[in-house]
Amino acid sequence: MTDIAKATDVFMNKIDAQVAAHLDACVRCGQCSEACHFYQVTGDPKYTPVYKLKPLETVYQRYKAPLSGIKRMLGLAPPELTASDLEDWAELVYDACTLCGLCTVVCPMGIDIASMVRKVREGFSAAGLVPEGLTGAAQRAIEIGSPLGIKPQTLEKIIAEQAEEVGIPIELNKVGVDYLVILSAMEVLNFYEVIGALARLFKKAGVTWTISTDAYEATNVGIQMGNLEIAGTLVGRIVDAAEKLKVKYVISPECGHAYSALKWEGPNLLGRDYDFEVIHILELMDKLRREGRITFKGKDDRKLTYHDPCQIVRRGGIVREPRDLLGQVASNFVEMKDCGVYNICCGGGGGVSANPRAEDLRLKAFAVKKAQVDDLGGVDALVTSCANCRNVLEEGIEHYGMDLPVIGLSELLADYLDDEGDAASAT
Amino acid sequence: MTFLELTEGPLWYAAATIFVVGVVWQIVGIVLLGRKPDRSVPRGSALAGAVKANVLHLWPHGGFFNKTGFHLVAGYIFHIGLFVLVLFAAPHIVFIQDHITGFGWGALPRWGFVLAAEAAFCGLILLWARRIGDPVIRLLSTQDDLAGLWLTFIVMLTGCLALGESIEFLRALHMLTVDIWLIYFPFSRLMHGFTFVFSRGYMGATFGRRGVTP
Ligand code: SF4
Ligand code: SF4
Repeated sequence: MTDIAKATDVFMNKIDAQVAAHLDACVRCGQCSEACHFYQVTGDPKYTPVYKLKPLETVYQRYKAPLSGIKRMLGLAPPELTASDLEDWAELVYDACTLCGLCTVVCPMGIDIASMVRKVREGFSAAGLVPEGLTGAAQRAIEIGSPLGIKPQTLEKIIAEQAEEVGIPIELNKVGVDYLVILSAMEVLNFYEVIGALARLFKKAGVTWTISTDAYEATNVGIQMGNLEIAGTLVGRIVDAAEKLKVKYVISPECGHAYSALKWEGPNLLGRDYDFEVIHILELMDKLRREGRITFKGKDDRKLTYHDPCQIVRRGGIVREPRDLLGQVASNFVEMKDCGVYNICCGGGGGVSANPRAEDLRLKAFAVKKAQVDDLGGVDALVTSCANCRNVLEEGIEHYGMDLPVIGLSELLADYLDDEGDAASAT
Repeated sequence: MTFLELTEGPLWYAAATIFVVGVVWQIVGIVLLGRKPDRSVPRGSALAGAVKANVLHLWPHGGFFNKTGFHLVAGYIFHIGLFVLVLFAAPHIVFIQDHITGFGWGALPRWGFVLAAEAAFCGLILLWARRIGDPVIRLLSTQDDLAGLWLTFIVMLTGCLALGESIEFLRALHMLTVDIWLIYFPFSRLMHGFTFVFSRGYMGATFGRRGVTP
């Protein structure tokens, strides 16, 4: 049963000065629809970004806006939210928003719709309206340690295989190293070569590192579903493991939402500072490159382009690093139109790809990304730095019958790493 | 007391008071809702981000210029036309001098006035047509949005009627609509004229810390 009272309570709590300023400043111009891939492919006005916030806006205008008391008295406030309002909105909130934030770019008022959709999800989560795909992932993340149900034993096996493949030992749970590597479930399941790639890159750079079997999962389904308790538990696991292992840095992997969860949300979820620094893998690679600790030989001469994961670039601020790194290993790199901060989402972020109910809409929305790639007049491969984007891109590419390999940036770097003369022995 | 004396006298002072108190109440009310301190380690400056976002969002960026041209043109010609009219039409300057500032400034020549009025009307009608005709904006629009548009239109229309200044009733009618508009303002989405700075600023501050301004 939809718990409308709980949802209303959460909305009331979530409305701060920023939310209020956004909701008050919206001039209902509808320009945000021009940014949203879900509107672009369907032409259905209900997918207009700001419309997705209506439940939150109703509560704001009715109860929390300054002067709302007078409006209620005069009968000018919007009517109470109902359970069926929320049920009707669940699709818009969970299936039709990847939290990509492109709508903020086009909005003349600079309204951060994605952050507010996240807050709306918190109300929906309290009301019991989280889609099954996400609740299942959350249960697996809490009980097993991974939203895809990857057990520590499976991870250990995969790591051992990768260590053997690249001929570099990888020590688990090692106390006192500099860096803790965490991974996204999609990397462990589908793109595990990244583990071997990191081992080679770190060996060359003389970086000491480990992986914890207590906290190896970087993604945070709690944030995607809007359950901050689960989100806090998942971040807390990483923080506990990192502090137990006394590392100086935790490396956020090639995963957009994982970066947001750990770097930007985590300290707020836990209400305390970390004893370590969070560094994104792209930032670390770029730092090692600049310090001359990793060098490359040869270049990939295929025509390559780069898909910017929204949470890493537009909402994470890492724009330059992947380009500088690509410059080291790609001789025929081309940028998509409106790349970087303005890039178009893969269509599956924000938990959309974990929600089977949203699959048809997601594949439709991929047409916008496809058009952006097609605009280049054909490329040989697409590079990205988010395993979830990579998986979603691959599914879209297959769905549209395209012939376009997708490559992880770390793996590409490892392919062209100059292994000669290791900087230090790896740990 | 004549109709004009009423609308330019007690009613004007009441409307202006409600406007000022209402706007301040709204803004203070919004700001006092506060924001939780952000504990994440910043990569950039929140203040710089707030300023940058305010400037950046004055104009379409990120490849949206072509897609938002209608709003850009209609929005700007309406707002610029309106501000020029409000601040530089000769009767307005006299009114502002007598009732608010105690000093005046140079007025627009008549051709400038006509141009500004045409721009304001043209922009407002374009925005209005879009609000009624575009399915997205129709879905988003509330009674409040339409009331704001109507009121602004009526204020401008009565302003034109009062242009000759020879018929006192028309001038009083214009003042009456201005008074109603001022009273309505703080309760409505017309508040965007003030809240836009905060909306852009908070967003810019959030992302400025992250080293990016979307
Ligand atoms: S673009 Fe911004 S101001 Fe316009 S409707 Fe969308 S959220 Fe509101
Ligand atoms: S954040 Fe992205 S997906 Fe969500 S409404 Fe905005 S443009 Fe659409």
